[in-house]
Amino acid sequence: MSRISASLLPKTFRDWFKSRGWKPRAHQLDLLAKAGEGRSVLLVAPTGAGKTLAGFLPSLVELSKREGGAKGEKRGLHTLYISPLKALATDVARNLEAPVAEMGLPIRIETRTGDTPSHKRARQIERPPDILLTTPEQLALLLAHAEAQEFFKDLRRVVLDELHSLVTSKRGDLLSLGLARLMTMAPQATAVGLSATVRQPDDLRRYLVPQRAVDSLPLAGRDEGWGSDSQSAVLQSDGAVARTTPDLAELSPSRTTPTPGPSPQGGGETPMADLVVVQGGAQPDIRMLELDERLPLAGHTASLSMPSIYELIRTHKTTLVFVNTRLQAEYTFQELWKLNDDSLAIALHHGSLDVSQRRRVEEAMAAGKLKAVVCTATLDLGIDWGDVDLVVNVGAPKGASRIMQRIGRSNHRMDEPSEAYLVPANRFEILECRAALDAVHEAAQDTPDARIGALDVLCQHILGMACAGPFDLAQLYEEVRSAAPYADLPYEDFEACVAFVATGGYALRAYERFAKIVKGQDGLWRVRDARIAQQYRLNVGTIVESSMIKVRLGKSMRSRPGTVLPRGRILGEIEEYFAETLTPGDTFLFAGEVLRFEGISEDEVLATRAGAGTDPMIPSYEGGKFPLSTFLAARVREILADPFEWDRLPPQMTEWLLHQRRRSIVPGPRDLLVETFPRANRFYMTCFPFEGRLAHQTLGMLLTRRLERAKLKPLGFVANDYGIAVYASGDIAGRAARDPGFMDDLFSEDMLGDDLEDWLAESSLMKRTFRQCAVIAGLIERRFPGEKKTGRQVTISTDLVYDVLRKHEPDHVLLRAARADAATGLLDVRRLGMMLERIRGRIIHKPLDRVSPLSVSVMLEIGRERVYSDNADEILAEAEAALLDEALA
Amino acid sequence: MTALRKNKQTTHEIELKGQLALLDLTGAMYLPAQDTLLVADLHFEKGSSFARRGMMLPPYDTREILLALSDAVFRFNPKTVIALGDSFHDIAGPDRLGDEERAALADVQKSREWIWVTGNHDRILPDSIGGQVVEEMSLGSLTLRHEPMAGEQAEIAGHLHPVGKVVMRGRSTRRRCFLTDGSRCVMPALGAYAGGLNACDAAFKPLFSNGFTAHLIGTERIFAIAKSMLCRD
Repeated sequence: MSRISASLLPKTFRDWFKSRGWKPRAHQLDLLAKAGEGRSVLLVAPTGAGKTLAGFLPSLVELSKREGGAKGEKRGLHTLYISPLKALATDVARNLEAPVAEMGLPIRIETRTGDTPSHKRARQIERPPDILLTTPEQLALLLAHAEAQEFFKDLRRVVLDELHSLVTSKRGDLLSLGLARLMTMAPQATAVGLSATVRQPDDLRRYLVPQRAVDSLPLAGRDEGWGSDSQSAVLQSDGAVARTTPDLAELSPSRTTPTPGPSPQGGGETPMADLVVVQGGAQPDIRMLELDERLPLAGHTASLSMPSIYELIRTHKTTLVFVNTRLQAEYTFQELWKLNDDSLAIALHHGSLDVSQRRRVEEAMAAGKLKAVVCTATLDLGIDWGDVDLVVNVGAPKGASRIMQRIGRSNHRMDEPSEAYLVPANRFEILECRAALDAVHEAAQDTPDARIGALDVLCQHILGMACAGPFDLAQLYEEVRSAAPYADLPYEDFEACVAFVATGGYALRAYERFAKIVKGQDGLWRVRDARIAQQYRLNVGTIVESSMIKVRLGKSMRSRPGTVLPRGRILGEIEEYFAETLTPGDTFLFAGEVLRFEGISEDEVLATRAGAGTDPMIPSYEGGKFPLSTFLAARVREILADPFEWDRLPPQMTEWLLHQRRRSIVPGPRDLLVETFPRANRFYMTCFPFEGRLAHQTLGMLLTRRLERAKLKPLGFVANDYGIAVYASGDIAGRAARDPGFMDDLFSEDMLGDDLEDWLAESSLMKRTFRQCAVIAGLIERRFPGEKKTGRQVTISTDLVYDVLRKHEPDHVLLRAARADAATGLLDVRRLGMMLERIRGRIIHKPLDRVSPLSVSVMLEIGRERVYSDNADEILAEAEAALLDEALA
Repeated sequence: MTALRKNKQTTHEIELKGQLALLDLTGAMYLPAQDTLLVADLHFEKGSSFARRGMMLPPYDTREILLALSDAVFRFNPKTVIALGDSFHDIAGPDRLGDEERAALADVQKSREWIWVTGNHDRILPDSIGGQVVEEMSLGSLTLRHEPMAGEQAEIAGHLHPVGKVVMRGRSTRRRCFLTDGSRCVMPALGAYAGGLNACDAAFKPLFSNGFTAHLIGTERIFAIAKSMLCRD
């Protein structure tokens, strides 16, 4: 870095760096220079590169020069920091305090999270700190505050941490809208995004800066009128048009299209933040754990590898053992303790555990008291975990970026290599681990594409903006479109969202008199009353927990066997849908113990400790919440298709593939192999799209519908990340032999038409998706002031709402939002569509007389994984038959 | 799509106090001996009731209920229709009824006897909605009322919105149902937004001291499910 840049650093700072024996890093000075030029920047750097300090350095330097101001004079907020986790915000605040104290800088740093007491919140509004660290939800709440304009008017910088993880979700949509509002209120502010390496940095660069010039005049309704002092372009060249507030109906998109004026940054069609990339970091030392023993063909427990993992823990200082699901975490933790003859301090950490229990683990970890922590994605993000020197990832990596992020947890000094092991749990996972290793070595990324802003989130934001103060429709539309995810939002959609917020936006305009936001005489929209604003505050945010239910340890009554009293402590929470499938007597793993399910009382799962040595009955080791990434899937298919690649696989894998080639075939990278074979009076069909469990579930649902129609009597199917197996009492192979076009028809893309629509009508996954949209958009409240609603009640009513709405107004904005989610979310329809297109004309049907090596892997899921079905009548018929059996017995 | 085979079986026979009763897929019950159709807990205008409080549920619930109601009424064409209470979600509900809905209601009421039994949600019903209003009534040996009452008296009632939940091999479904022990029947709610109370709830216990059979309303037909097969929520 040039001396000129170094001279940007005031003496206090240079001395401080020197006193620590550090030198400012090039990218840290780079960011300082960019800040001086008033540019927004995306900083892409590996872990340990001093990203956080780089992000804050410009603020610290500026604040060190800022006049303290006469006593009592109000100094506005200077820097706003947003993190996806409140724990991370707290952590960063602590890390910032150190240099600030050491340099004796007069800077006030505060956090604002859900835990911040109300008196402190009020004080923060009254007397803003210099730097405020918070979360996207808290920002939304601040922006909906009547004092928002005043609070943010002096804002200079916004720092967005872990941006790569934020932008991939609806939280990112919400944050983008908040950012747009901030930039309207404080046009002088610049944004700094901190990110791990991503595939498309340009997406993030766009996210950071307004995508169009927004009239930066103060919020509508202010007396001084439409200001013109800002250098960014005004809404329209014709100011008069902007001044008159058009009606919802009369406002046509053409009139609101702003002149592509001078944008704050970048210029051209898509303004982008500047990019600073920190290269390097040592190549991680990452390997696949190889065993002499053969891995099973299915399953996710990696039980054979436990002794090796234990040995690794023993020989390292501190190890993080990552797994994909809570249940895998429970299992791994238990297995490691069975081996733990040295009584090593091995702890468990996952999102379902009670908060206090998690905090204890985190503290012990930070204090260096733990030898290992078995954890799930809850620890994926950048909390500083002290001296981790080894990361072990058990099970399939699922994505290249995810695995790199996890490896980054070890060794926070970027110039030393991190050490990591990938532990495949079954033979397919060997392929996946191999593909992930290659990706890590090439530093290839599989981060998802930029999102298109969700409409339900927009609805929430619109209500929030009405709570902040009266808004002008055209102006808000322009502001919303300055947020990258909403840059292409059609006016009709915006209008539909505003109408939804006001009256539900139904074609049958029945609720005009109950409207939540109303247009006043002055043409501005206002929230109807304080109660609506209160409702907004209680329902803010985009995280709709799949309703969780508490697990309480019960006590069996000695005097009355079979009676369990809810007298024990709360162990944590499990997903309600999981609890729903348990029946009394089922045993399952939770909080490191085998529990016996006793029942659900009120809002709690009641469980007792199962006797020593009991094996959990409900395995449910679902492959993981994350489906295999498209990118890794393609690599897996390539490895599979290329026998030269097989040499790089462990011998047990090669042997197995050769076996598959002898018995059936090994498909090419773009082919779809479909195998059919009879077995025990049933006819099976397996196929291997490698598109992830979610897309496969959807495919399975649609295939069974089609087989049903073809009168082949499908009985069920199972799916994993690699393929699916459908079983039927009709002879599928026989039909295919008689009708050569049968397989092509079966897998033809038109299944995404009527078949999909039909299934969506009853799909429980779709109903869950709809429920989330309904909550986010504010149709259904999370809770009422003074009236606690249970998650269950919400579920029921949204299912009923879904049925009614779907029937009477299928194009309603909420259904469109839910469909957009289904495309990428729980149903992964988009990926299924891409797959069906890819395999068109490339289906290789192999009729076999018995199961092939490849098919065994998915067949083993039968009985292990859930059998999917949304067909209520099927379930009921089975239950009815049980009654008849009883009667005849 | 045309190949999709539909074999809907809309009615399901049970015996109630020695007489035949037809349970209907819509949630209605037809008593051939009295040529009477019974429905319970319609909860008309529940959507608009919520809208008043800022929850803008789709305003199509009343339409949806009327569709089911007219489906049953025109199929059985009964002499008498009796709604067993909570026909409106609140007492202002009749006023909020839209013109189309009002006309549709008048249409199903036309040329038959129509009786509204009052419920806890609709203690007062205006004349404008037609028919006669009673608090409770007898039909042969059966008492008809909104809220079921434990005791020997055979009755048909609503109020509790029974639903049954069945879990078979990891798959579960939760459906509206009729609960009966042969002498008493608690009918499912017909309302489009009416939630449900699990049949395993303690509220049902005093009503059916000798157990009950649940008749769960599936998609294509009604299924008789033993109490022992039902799960709690």
